[in-house]
Amino acid sequence: MPRTHITTVINGDETEFLTEDGTSLLNALRDEVGLTGAKEGCGTGDCGACSILVDDRVTCSCLMFAPEADGTTILTVEGLADSGDLHPLQQCFLEGAALQCGICTPGFLMAAKALLDKNPDPTETEIRYALAGNLCRCTGYDKIIRAVQEAALEMRGK
Amino acid sequence: MKYVAPSSVEEATSLLSASPSAQVFAGATDVVPQLRAGRPAPELLVDLKKIEELVSLKSDDNKWTVGAATPTAYLTEDEAFSHEFPGLSEAAGLIGSDQIQNRSSLGGNLCNASPAADSVPAMVVNGVRAVVAGPSGTRVLDVSEVVTGPGQTSLDDDEFIVEFEIDNMPARSGDAYLRMIPRTEMDIAVVGAGARVTLADDGSIEQAALALAAVAPTVIRIPDAEDALVGTTADDATLDAVAAAASEACDPIDDKRGTVAYRKQVAGVLAKRAVLIAIERAEQRNGTN
Amino acid sequence: MAVTEENPGYKWVGTRPIRPDGLEKVTGKARFGADLVLPGMLYGKVVRSPHAHARILSIDTSAAESMEGVKAVITGDDFPDLAANGAHPSDVDVANNTIARDKVLYEGHVVAAVAAITREQAEAAAKAVEVTYEVLPHVLTVDEAMADDAPLLHEGMITKGVDPAPEEPSNIASKILHERGDLEQGFGEADAVVEREFTTKPVHQGYIEPHAAVADSNSDGRANIWCSSQGHFQMRAYTATVLGVSPGTLKVTAAEIGGGFGGKTVIYLEPLAVRPSQRAGRPVKLVMDRDEVFRATGPTSGTRIKVKMGVSKDGKITAAEVWMAYEAGAFAGSPVGAAGMTAIACYDIPNFVVEGYDVVCNKPRVAAYRAPGAPMAAFAVESVLDELARNIEMYAIDIRLANAAVEGTQAAYGPKFPRIGFVETLEAIKDHPNYTTELGPNQGRGVAAGFWFNAGMMSSATVHVNENGTATVVTGSPDIGGSRQSMALMAAEELGIPYESIKPVVADTETVGFNDVTGGSRVTLATGAAVVDACRLIVEDLRARAAKTWDVELDQVEWVDGQAQHVEGAQPPLSLNDLAAKSGRTGGPISANASLNSRGVGAGFSTQLCDVEVDPETGVTRIVRYLTAQDAGRAISPDYVEGQMQGGVVQGIGWALNEEYIHDTEGVMENPSFLDYRMPVASDLPMIDCSIVEVPNPAHPYGVRGVGEVGIVPPMAAVGNAIHDAVNVRMTELPMSPVKVLEALNAHDE
Repeated sequence: MPRTHITTVINGDETEFLTEDGTSLLNALRDEVGLTGAKEGCGTGDCGACSILVDDRVTCSCLMFAPEADGTTILTVEGLADSGDLHPLQQCFLEGAALQCGICTPGFLMAAKALLDKNPDPTETEIRYALAGNLCRCTGYDKIIRAVQEAALEMRGK
Repeated sequence: MKYVAPSSVEEATSLLSASPSAQVFAGATDVVPQLRAGRPAPELLVDLKKIEELVSLKSDDNKWTVGAATPTAYLTEDEAFSHEFPGLSEAAGLIGSDQIQNRSSLGGNLCNASPAADSVPAMVVNGVRAVVAGPSGTRVLDVSEVVTGPGQTSLDDDEFIVEFEIDNMPARSGDAYLRMIPRTEMDIAVVGAGARVTLADDGSIEQAALALAAVAPTVIRIPDAEDALVGTTADDATLDAVAAAASEACDPIDDKRGTVAYRKQVAGVLAKRAVLIAIERAEQRNGTN
Repeated sequence: MAVTEENPGYKWVGTRPIRPDGLEKVTGKARFGADLVLPGMLYGKVVRSPHAHARILSIDTSAAESMEGVKAVITGDDFPDLAANGAHPSDVDVANNTIARDKVLYEGHVVAAVAAITREQAEAAAKAVEVTYEVLPHVLTVDEAMADDAPLLHEGMITKGVDPAPEEPSNIASKILHERGDLEQGFGEADAVVEREFTTKPVHQGYIEPHAAVADSNSDGRANIWCSSQGHFQMRAYTATVLGVSPGTLKVTAAEIGGGFGGKTVIYLEPLAVRPSQRAGRPVKLVMDRDEVFRATGPTSGTRIKVKMGVSKDGKITAAEVWMAYEAGAFAGSPVGAAGMTAIACYDIPNFVVEGYDVVCNKPRVAAYRAPGAPMAAFAVESVLDELARNIEMYAIDIRLANAAVEGTQAAYGPKFPRIGFVETLEAIKDHPNYTTELGPNQGRGVAAGFWFNAGMMSSATVHVNENGTATVVTGSPDIGGSRQSMALMAAEELGIPYESIKPVVADTETVGFNDVTGGSRVTLATGAAVVDACRLIVEDLRARAAKTWDVELDQVEWVDGQAQHVEGAQPPLSLNDLAAKSGRTGGPISANASLNSRGVGAGFSTQLCDVEVDPETGVTRIVRYLTAQDAGRAISPDYVEGQMQGGVVQGIGWALNEEYIHDTEGVMENPSFLDYRMPVASDLPMIDCSIVEVPNPAHPYGVRGVGEVGIVPPMAAVGNAIHDAVNVRMTELPMSPVKVLEALNAHDE
């Protein structure tokens, strides 16, 4: 089957790849672009491990067909740090031990970034609901919520 | 599967007419899991999001128009829309996570034709109309006429919904939607209840609409409950009658998400609670709309 | 943090630095099982049984083999017949669970695997493998499986542990029995007796990373395997067994692992990747879909448990009788043994009988899940104890204090407890503000306790001192939740150099000595002890080198703060850096290995306090407040000790409220997705308050007990007891879903 040529901007760089039309954007990013930071935990939009930002909106890349990405601007966890300087969320996740196995971490970071971009001063409840689409089985969420609160505080201070 | 993204309604309808195995989609939040679960793959995937009318949210003096593929996040983020239809906005906002909200749409939620669709009871009680495009032009359907059974709609294979029209909320009116799920998020409604009331000058209920999800093959209206409410101030006896009528009207199934007995009982509870919220909202909008 | 032992003034142990592997994990660089791509790699796909129980009549692979891109198709016939070769029955089970030979025993049981150039080609080929089945009657629960005329999964299964052995085969693999004292006399002395029956459903470990393996075989039979597991040495052993090769021909490298909780201590994919890789001469990657994870891996047992207990007016438990049947899934090996040993281990009980049955049924073979077997038993026992406390009008904490096991108590399963911290966890709950916080309407408070042995087993470590005085700490224990940090903290403490100067590494099966699995709460204990041993060898070596340099006796040199010091100050100190730089002149590279069989485990106890609010009209239970107190022995890495405590609690809350396997009457799983399996999401929960209790384990150099497991033991009973406190109904069935709670409330009202 002929493959479709897709042009996107990924993590600031214009990026082209070929894909079969029915392939998920997640698999295209992982297999064709070589960005394996987004993970597949379910493939059905229920766990959020594949979360990325598409045109500044957080979405499950497993639920997007790869051709839908044509012409979009994508941010993955690999593009979250600014040329080596960690994003405050990344720093706060590290300092707050907000990860154990780490498989869900990329998705949480992207969902949390989307939240803080929209709402710089969320309540604990708002954080919990905004991250409800991201499953973590290790931490019980406690330290993740605290890390997001800490990052929000830090980002407001800047 | 071949992916196409038509840029006009006409282009889309002609693609659909030409292809016997085509699947239209907006956010694909239902289509992708269904394909993974083994549903036969269509030859053509028709992405409706590149058609301008389908992704839009606008209002005039009389009504709101919502593009059928507009992400539900756009609705919940729009303060004017959410002020006008708080129940519908909340119902739309319950469809999955933030990740899903940026993809899911009223058109998709309706046409997926799940009995448990959250936005549908809220659309039904608000009298939402669907503008349907097909090869011979457009037709307008009441939202309650679209779904005919689980996974079944009254639309032809070469038809799709372009947009929804919603008349502005009358004065002294309010809507509400509640659903019961075991968790707080990321679940399919075990029972959903949408309500809308309009109050008379004396504070009694002049008009009432009540619709339930996940308790029958399609979303259902509860005329007995609506009749019971009209002319009352929703005193305890009336609310008990509403709950009884709601439970009575249910024709649910036992499945992995709930039992018949549970659904019938909780349908009554949610019906009551949704009506009370709608009344409270109607009172708050008393004369200030 | 409650500290019950005087702080010995450690510099690194007990601090909260950033974990060594954290940066890779917040930047997306960490490589998990599915992230590896090799040149020429093929994609594999597994073919699974749609039936719960069926005989395989034939498998036709010809259509699949002829499809575009397909490079290999394998079936059970491509593996040695271990039963025919006289292998140990447990090895035969491992092989037959990996790929079925004659019969499929559960929906999702593997019957074939394919490898093709693309993912899509592999999926298409898997669908084209034609399997003809003769469907057999199936059994799904212990009740069905134990019925007199039940269809048998294994025609030759004779119940073990029964004397004389039964003559007829059955689905009961084994019986366990623990007894002491005189049950009749004990109940006779009781002022209150409660008898209840409980049922629980299978639940899954729910790790977010599906199983994944990449295998690259050479034509000489050697193979490299990369996989995410809780123990790559174990994966090597099992894979070698199934393939019928020597373990030495396989090199297994641990990928980062995305959660396991016991469920990744067993093999599923590795042999199914190696064999096609041998056929095709190319690497093969196999990754499960989520529904495969649910249908064919994990879970832990569904159970039926009866508990009868009696207490005297002063709260002393006079007798306990426990009967339990645990689903093993398709092959023998439910955790009923551990369940029997843990069920009443928290308490000093003079008269008891604990009887248990390991029962096979047509569901996936159970795998370890966090304190395997203990949580279900604790749900039953701790619920009954709650009811007894109410009957004699005693506080839930106090009845536990009145019976708590202490140092010297003869545990129900045999040995006398050495120093343990159960009482301290009970007191930590009483001392916490949550204990006296006022409750609102429809709210209730529940207490429950739990016990877990904690494992020791075998570990190895190697420590290399680098030329600049930094150190590399090499172990073979996959880091599932921060163990690199605890290794680095202990090594820093021992060597006296900064934490940041230590690089902890998880090495492959050819680079470090044998390590048992990361499981049983054992890594910080046992692998940690190996690291400490290796570091102490290094320090001995460094002292000797300093003595040689100074031309003094060894006893003139001590190691303080990362440097060799002359006891009388006669020489300027030599730092690790100095000694490392001159290693070539003082005896060569500085390196040490330590391998050990753990010298002594430290039992773990947890007591938890749960506040819930129940909606009496819908049966929905929300967790309002939660406190967990756990004896860590010593918290080497408090951040990750809290993480284990909180994670265990939340898994338990999921088990309590919503998680369950749902099968239809044909034995097909109806909810194999995160949507319908319903693990807790962030908005379901409050913060989980932690009280770390530290009663050091005398058998570990830092007092470590292990913390991973016991936290999941109390939550189901804590939640159930809180529901009772809120709305006065006793829940005896898990999950305590809204449907069940409303049913109980309706029945109560009638």
